[in-house]
Amino acid sequence: MGRQITIRALKFDPQSAVSKPHFKDYQLEEIPSMTLFIALGMIREQLDPDLSFDFVCRAGICGSCAMMINGRPRLACKTLTSSFSENVITLMPMPSFPLIKDLSVNTGEWFAGMNARVESWAHHKKEVDITKPEERVDPDEAQSVFELDRCIECGCCIAACGTKLMRENFIGAAGMNRAMRFLIDSHDERSDDDFYELVGDDDGVFGCMSLIGCHDTCPKQIPLQGTLAQLRNKMVKVGKAR
Amino acid sequence: MKVVYCDALVVGGGLAGLRASIACRQVGLDVIVLSLVPVRRSHSAAAQGGMQASLGNAKMSEGDNEDLHFLDTVKGSDWGCDQQVARMFVTTAPKAIRELANWGVPWTRIKKGDRPAVINGEHVTITEREDRHGYILSRDFGGTKKWRTCFTADATGHTMLYAVANEALHHKVKIEDRKEMIALIHHGGKCYGAVVRDLITGEIVGYVSKGTLLATGGYGRVYKHTTNAVICDGVGIATALETGVAKLGNMEAVQFHPTALVPSGILMTEGCRGDGGILRDKFGRRFMPAYEPEKKELASRDVVSRRILEHIKRGYGANSPYGDHVWLDIAILGRAHVEKNLRDVHEIAETFAGVDAADDSLETEENLKGMPTDEPDFGPGAPKQKGWVPIKPMQHYSMGGLRTDYKGHSHLKGLFCAGEAACWDLHGFNRLGGNSVSEAVVAGMIIGDYFAAYCKSAELDISTHIVEQFIQKSHEHIQELLHNDGKENVYEIRERMREIMDEKVGVFREGHTLEAAVNELEELYKRSKHIHVKNKKTHNNPELEDAYRTQKMLKIALCIAKGALDRTESRGAHTRLDHPKRDDANWLNRTLASWPDPNQTLPTLEYEPLDIMKMELSPDFRGYGAKGNFIPHPLKEQRDAEIKEITERIQAQGGDRYDLQEALMPFDLQPKYKARNVRLDDQRQGE
Ligand SMILES: Cc1cc2nc3c(=O)[nH]c(=O)nc-3n(C[C@H](O)[C@H](O)[C@H](O)COP(=O)(O)OP(=O)(O)OC[C@H]3O[C@@H](n4cnc5c(N)ncnc54)[C@H](O)[C@@H]3O)c2cc1C
Ligand code: SF4
Ligand code: SF4
Ligand code: FES
Repeated sequence: MGRQITIRALKFDPQSAVSKPHFKDYQLEEIPSMTLFIALGMIREQLDPDLSFDFVCRAGICGSCAMMINGRPRLACKTLTSSFSENVITLMPMPSFPLIKDLSVNTGEWFAGMNARVESWAHHKKEVDITKPEERVDPDEAQSVFELDRCIECGCCIAACGTKLMRENFIGAAGMNRAMRFLIDSHDERSDDDFYELVGDDDGVFGCMSLIGCHDTCPKQIPLQGTLAQLRNKMVKVGKAR
Repeated sequence: MKVVYCDALVVGGGLAGLRASIACRQVGLDVIVLSLVPVRRSHSAAAQGGMQASLGNAKMSEGDNEDLHFLDTVKGSDWGCDQQVARMFVTTAPKAIRELANWGVPWTRIKKGDRPAVINGEHVTITEREDRHGYILSRDFGGTKKWRTCFTADATGHTMLYAVANEALHHKVKIEDRKEMIALIHHGGKCYGAVVRDLITGEIVGYVSKGTLLATGGYGRVYKHTTNAVICDGVGIATALETGVAKLGNMEAVQFHPTALVPSGILMTEGCRGDGGILRDKFGRRFMPAYEPEKKELASRDVVSRRILEHIKRGYGANSPYGDHVWLDIAILGRAHVEKNLRDVHEIAETFAGVDAADDSLETEENLKGMPTDEPDFGPGAPKQKGWVPIKPMQHYSMGGLRTDYKGHSHLKGLFCAGEAACWDLHGFNRLGGNSVSEAVVAGMIIGDYFAAYCKSAELDISTHIVEQFIQKSHEHIQELLHNDGKENVYEIRERMREIMDEKVGVFREGHTLEAAVNELEELYKRSKHIHVKNKKTHNNPELEDAYRTQKMLKIALCIAKGALDRTESRGAHTRLDHPKRDDANWLNRTLASWPDPNQTLPTLEYEPLDIMKMELSPDFRGYGAKGNFIPHPLKEQRDAEIKEITERIQAQGGDRYDLQEALMPFDLQPKYKARNVRLDDQRQGE
């Protein structure tokens, strides 16, 4: 028999006049390779059909399932219950995002805003003929763009960011990472100056306190520390020249 | 009652839906995209391996072109596909990948000089010419003549989806997520949009549009064991089926992937075997060479899946609490290779199975006990190593879907479909790896354009009264579910459905078990009308959602099972033990399933013939198992003679491959997509 574990989940329905935030405990028998995806699925099917949470890929790829697990933002689908020695695992929704219900938050809305803000697409004016061979790209450049393009918009870095809690409109590590991704991509003709218009303020690079909570929580191990520093240096240069 | 109007409604924000929505914006249409989840979380993000397009850039892809891609695709489909659609597809794929490159997909590029690779388990060196430096690279995949699968490391779907979503933002596509289509609005054989439920507030709204395009993805979740995301439940196409007019094509054509992780079902990419990984049984024996001496582990997906299960059936699977399975051994490639080239696979095995897949140290010799000594064909036994990964075949891809013509138009006027949700019909009875994300984007381009043209010319000749009736009906259905006095538990029903599909409608199928499956599913479908929902809230109520979805999923399951029962032959992924031959004489056709009367408890099936006299490639031996394992079509000889005659004539006239193709099988395609693809070698010749 597996050990008995308790999943302690925050429950709150902001759309209900009577609902108040409270914790609810669910007892389960742990099974081998049990992830929080499996555990929460069992809870919904057997104990509480009303518990809300988000999963899509259940494989650590889509970024849907981030939540506060014992106080830290993580992907629930990739978290094994056996990775905690204590028998109680506490789950809370991520802060900094609008709460939908229980463990479910609206990351989609926030990221849509971020994408609009950094104009997250390759800007160029060329007429491209797609019947002809593509433009050459240095393999190393492609690799570095890819490293930053791997962000799955899970929101862990935002939930882990102190600045974001204080500054409503702070763009966060994910936003700065996205800007940097296009800055180094040769398909995007925007200059450092153009990016300064988008992220060269206190809601962007100059709000960041560089304490790097984001770097340590990113489940995709995106090199946020270096990326943020690089972007900041570039923006400082533009700022000084102005 | 709230009603929203737009020119074009796209349901589904994966690769297919988003690309089609861009096509709509390009001609100035007011388009809305709906999605269950933020669009970047769509299942398209999960594709790792890559996208097929015959660029022919790299050393191992030299000489590749549309003709070879076409040949592979048609063979792969076991001649079940629509060859004109396959032609449209292979002609557009190189353009699609180049468009994506311009939109910023960081495709892995060719580096000049030497690069190590593993081919057939052997370490070799590939040398890339200097003038190819910086162009898009491609890798090897099962069932292809050339290395044709373009990729971004092991996150191809993710980078593609993000690029297309970015471009949709650029084109100001209106995207609304956490919105679910629950019914289609139609009248007089024409579709006018959808009834949509807000998954946060529970509000039910009518979206009225000139045209509607479904790009709702696959239906793998009707199976218990699947590599699919939890939102791939087929509810989109089930909703189309419920119109009574639209029809589903080839629903029995379900792909099983040989190497899904046990028990979670997370995919171990085909790249594992592409790079030289091997399969082992419980005694550590490499068994694939005995079954498929030529292609071994790299035989086509349906073939490897069957061989694994056959082997397990002989008692050679390793036991586990989750049933018998075999092992995938990539530790054989060496730690350096695994940690560098199979980074995600390594991490997934670690997280979800607790296995360090690069660990080739000894775990036990216990597994050798009882090994038969009189079976030298299966190779020598080996003591169990720590790094072996437990895998078995699981549901992976839906070849079937909403039946459309080559323009993506369904039997219901104004309703289009693209991507995995559609039976356009590019894949026939078996899809090749890398052809699916490629299809999603290409279909988004081609069908997107046809759809946009339709929306431009269509009129909204529908009365608000009819729209309101549809909204009202959906309201009533939800209320009925919340307040009926039934006793059934939705999770019990759903679980049983999934088990039946696994047990009886899986890789191997047989008349009597399929019949039992159909009967039991029909029974479950009747029970599903009495589901009792405990939670009475109308907003944010996961149990309610599972209830109405399960009712729809059962219809999908019934279409699959009934289609499989009635198709008495084996073709591609559809394997009937009691009818082992591919039977072109009787079954060179497509199954169509419809649900004309809502009170039916079984789908209505009919068949649509494939016209052999219009095929560019007449049906032939696919290259696996016993030669000649098919019953030829009575017109095969006649078509073969015609093909021969045409080929000789064109050659005598000095025609090139384009002339020949056009003479054999002319096909329709927008001129901008039909334009010839220029490759590096063409350019060199031109210089
Ligand atoms: C693990 C895995 C790996 C794969 N790897 C590869 C690969 O390497 N190469 C390859 O070619 N293919 C691969 N495939 C297949 C490929 O990923 C899919 O076939 C393809 O991405 C499907 O794209 P799509 O746009 O049709 O649908 P999806 O990306 O599935 O999108 C469906 C959309 O529809 C929405 N939706 C569904 N129902 C509704 C509704 N009722 N109302 C509103 N919205 C709805 C969803 O929210 C979603 O936005 C893989 C598949 C899996 C499972
Ligand atoms: S470095 Fe600190 S302040 Fe800056 S984004 Fe990361 S967590 Fe936020
Ligand atoms: S940067 Fe990392 S933590 Fe932040 S959203 Fe992207 S993947 Fe998540
Ligand atoms: S469900 Fe996709 S990352 Fe967890």
